[in-house]
Amino acid sequence: MLYQPWPWYVAGPLIAIIMALLILMGKKFGMSSNLETFCSMGGAGKFSDYFKVDTKSKRWNLLVVLGSVIGGFLGAHWLSPNPAVDISELTVTKLQNLGFESAGEAYLPTELFSMEALSNPKVWIILLVAGFLVGFGTRYAGGCTSGHAISGLSNLQRPSLIAVIGFFIGGLAMVHLLFPLIFEV
Amino acid sequence: MKNIVYILLGTFLGIVLYKSEAASWFRIYEMFQFDSFHMYGIIGSALAVGVVLVFWIKKSKIKSFSGEIIQIPDKEKSFARYILGGTLFGLGWALAGACPGPIYILVGAGNWPIIIVLVGAILGAFVYGLVRARLPH
Repeated sequence: MLYQPWPWYVAGPLIAIIMALLILMGKKFGMSSNLETFCSMGGAGKFSDYFKVDTKSKRWNLLVVLGSVIGGFLGAHWLSPNPAVDISELTVTKLQNLGFESAGEAYLPTELFSMEALSNPKVWIILLVAGFLVGFGTRYAGGCTSGHAISGLSNLQRPSLIAVIGFFIGGLAMVHLLFPLIFEV
Repeated sequence: MKNIVYILLGTFLGIVLYKSEAASWFRIYEMFQFDSFHMYGIIGSALAVGVVLVFWIKKSKIKSFSGEIIQIPDKEKSFARYILGGTLFGLGWALAGACPGPIYILVGAGNWPIIIVLVGAILGAFVYGLVRARLPH
């Protein structure tokens, strides 16, 4: 059971419990603010006052990040004998049409996330631009999936609902309009 | 002691998101294609439980474990920053197939190319800090 993929009705409530425990510790559940903390630690305060913060007060969240790195290691190396993700047949077909032969057979598409893929400069650009949009977008919106979709909506915040609508506008545009242009075969 | 709890909560989060495949690029693509209920089930059930827990924490006025009053501040009111920032993040989320939590988790899982995504994300946060005064908020 532990070694099989976990169903949604196990994962969702556990995520909510993690959020509640962080609140009960006097903190909050939000992963993207760590990106700013990394900037501050790297000396970004020299370029903008925005990054002049006391990073000690952010240390607890960096420990959560450290934990999630450990969790990823344990999940991948100890708990997942078969990492292939059993996505729907329809999705597999759509991805194969975009040139993703690894659909249904891996955890991440080897066409983007493998050492061989990195011999293609286009893959570097895709990954870097994707990351840039994640970092810029989450800080602009003041939160990501954890901060807005889980924490904010759990607290019935209208701003979080607007942000989540934005997440879907962007995600749907990327997958339906831009993927055929980016991954044209 | 508290430090260990933060690390353990993160570890637990990492295992949950990895094992439920919420950290898989394929699941994010599938979600935006509306081909499976899986991701909606994860977010939906997290919310169902989350709304109840947050309501209970606020209603019961329970103190934090260290005895402080718990404050859950409201998000600052605005429209532009949430819709624009949200849309930019959505574009990146679908392309990278990972939001910030899963990015860290996938580093731990040993999917090294995700480090390029992480570098891009830190760069994105940095550039936001530089130009934020000129953006509509």
